[in-house]
Amino acid sequence: MIKVNNLHKHFGDLHVLKGVDMNVNEQEVVCLIGASGSGKSTFLRCLNFLEKAEGQIWIDGQQIDYKRDDLNDLRQDVGMVFQHFNLFPHRTVLGNVTEAPIYVKGVNRKEAEDEAMVLLDKVGLADKADCYPSELSGGQKQRVAIGRALAMKPKVMLFDEPTSALDPELVGEVLSVMKQLAKEGMTMVVVTHEMGFAKEVGDLVVYMDEGNIVEQAKPDEMFSNPQNQRTQEFLSCIL
Amino acid sequence: MEFLQALINSFPIFIKAAVVTVELTATALVIGTIIGLVIALCKISSRKFLNVIANGYITIIRGTPLIVQIFWIYYGLTSIVVLDGFWAASIALAVHNGAYIAEIFRGGIQSIDRGQMEAARSLGMPYSLAMRRIILPQAFRRIMPPLGNQFIIGLKDSSLAAFVTMEELFNISMRMAASTFKDIQFYSIAGLYYLLLVIIFTFLVNKLENKLSEGSSGVGR
Repeated sequence: MIKVNNLHKHFGDLHVLKGVDMNVNEQEVVCLIGASGSGKSTFLRCLNFLEKAEGQIWIDGQQIDYKRDDLNDLRQDVGMVFQHFNLFPHRTVLGNVTEAPIYVKGVNRKEAEDEAMVLLDKVGLADKADCYPSELSGGQKQRVAIGRALAMKPKVMLFDEPTSALDPELVGEVLSVMKQLAKEGMTMVVVTHEMGFAKEVGDLVVYMDEGNIVEQAKPDEMFSNPQNQRTQEFLSCIL
Repeated sequence: MEFLQALINSFPIFIKAAVVTVELTATALVIGTIIGLVIALCKISSRKFLNVIANGYITIIRGTPLIVQIFWIYYGLTSIVVLDGFWAASIALAVHNGAYIAEIFRGGIQSIDRGQMEAARSLGMPYSLAMRRIILPQAFRRIMPPLGNQFIIGLKDSSLAAFVTMEELFNISMRMAASTFKDIQFYSIAGLYYLLLVIIFTFLVNKLENKLSEGSSGVGR
């Protein structure tokens, strides 16, 4: 589903990604872990073309070229959930979810709203459809953001530290929506500090450090028997 | 008492002039707002040549007096195309205010969290659609106070159109003053009309501001 080959990214003199390769199969859940500044968020943003990088990326067999006119079409296949939710504050919850289907895909309003209500029901927020984001808790906002991304019927979902900005008691509700999504077979790449989630839901755990993938393994192996010394140090710090 | 008498007697002629002032200002500000928006978008564009155009425009217009710009257009441009005083003054005022409004728009747009554009783009929205549907509506709310301020300045600056034959408030008061030698009286009357217009205008802007902030609160995320 996603194939990345030798991805490099520079911010000025800073070499953030140093030749990252990755393969994500359909229905697979890949969890990216690593210290802050290791490049994992930047890598994720490259997968949604929010950052331009050098190297090759294929999404569902289509290679990314930043000059391509249909980059916006390609983006529709890749849903993104942000650390800070980035809901549209001037639209209701329903408006947030229907915005892109109506104005990007041209779905008629009635149909878009019906589908949106199904999605909101799925994330447990159907009763908040007419609220504005400012009236929601962080966990609710993030669940709306997941619904908003799903409304475009993406083939892949990217999560950029989706629970890092949440109060501890609100983390669970977001994770359970993500678990449900994984169970339904969504292909997911998740940057996270929630090792419990990685252990339970992840098919593959990838440890990044200083712009490189240092180690990748199945969750069991990764957490019980990390091979690389840097991975060991990182995991001993947080587990 | 005498002032009050003069105020009442001059009412028919001054109210006509006030209408001209309002027409002139409204035309100039509508066009000026469009110019401002276009220049602001040029200024934040990733295309270098659009930045150069926007910066050049803002530098020249902000760097020269309005009265010079009005004369440029009235005496200069009218040698190429026929423009009456109304359009010469309107265009000059629009071009002038456009430069200031551009900076107001730019500030408003750039004050919107980057994540808003990223979220919109990540949903497959092209830049222009994201700008129109997501960024500008939020920016509009924030720029209403400085925009209203600029509109008030524009309203009062329209008095300079008096020097290109427009029979607006200031022009009329100059004439009345000259023919009666009661300068203080008629300039005070003109001032009073401007004050009244600004008060009405401020009221309308406040109403609009309240309307815009209905529903969602200003919480950025």
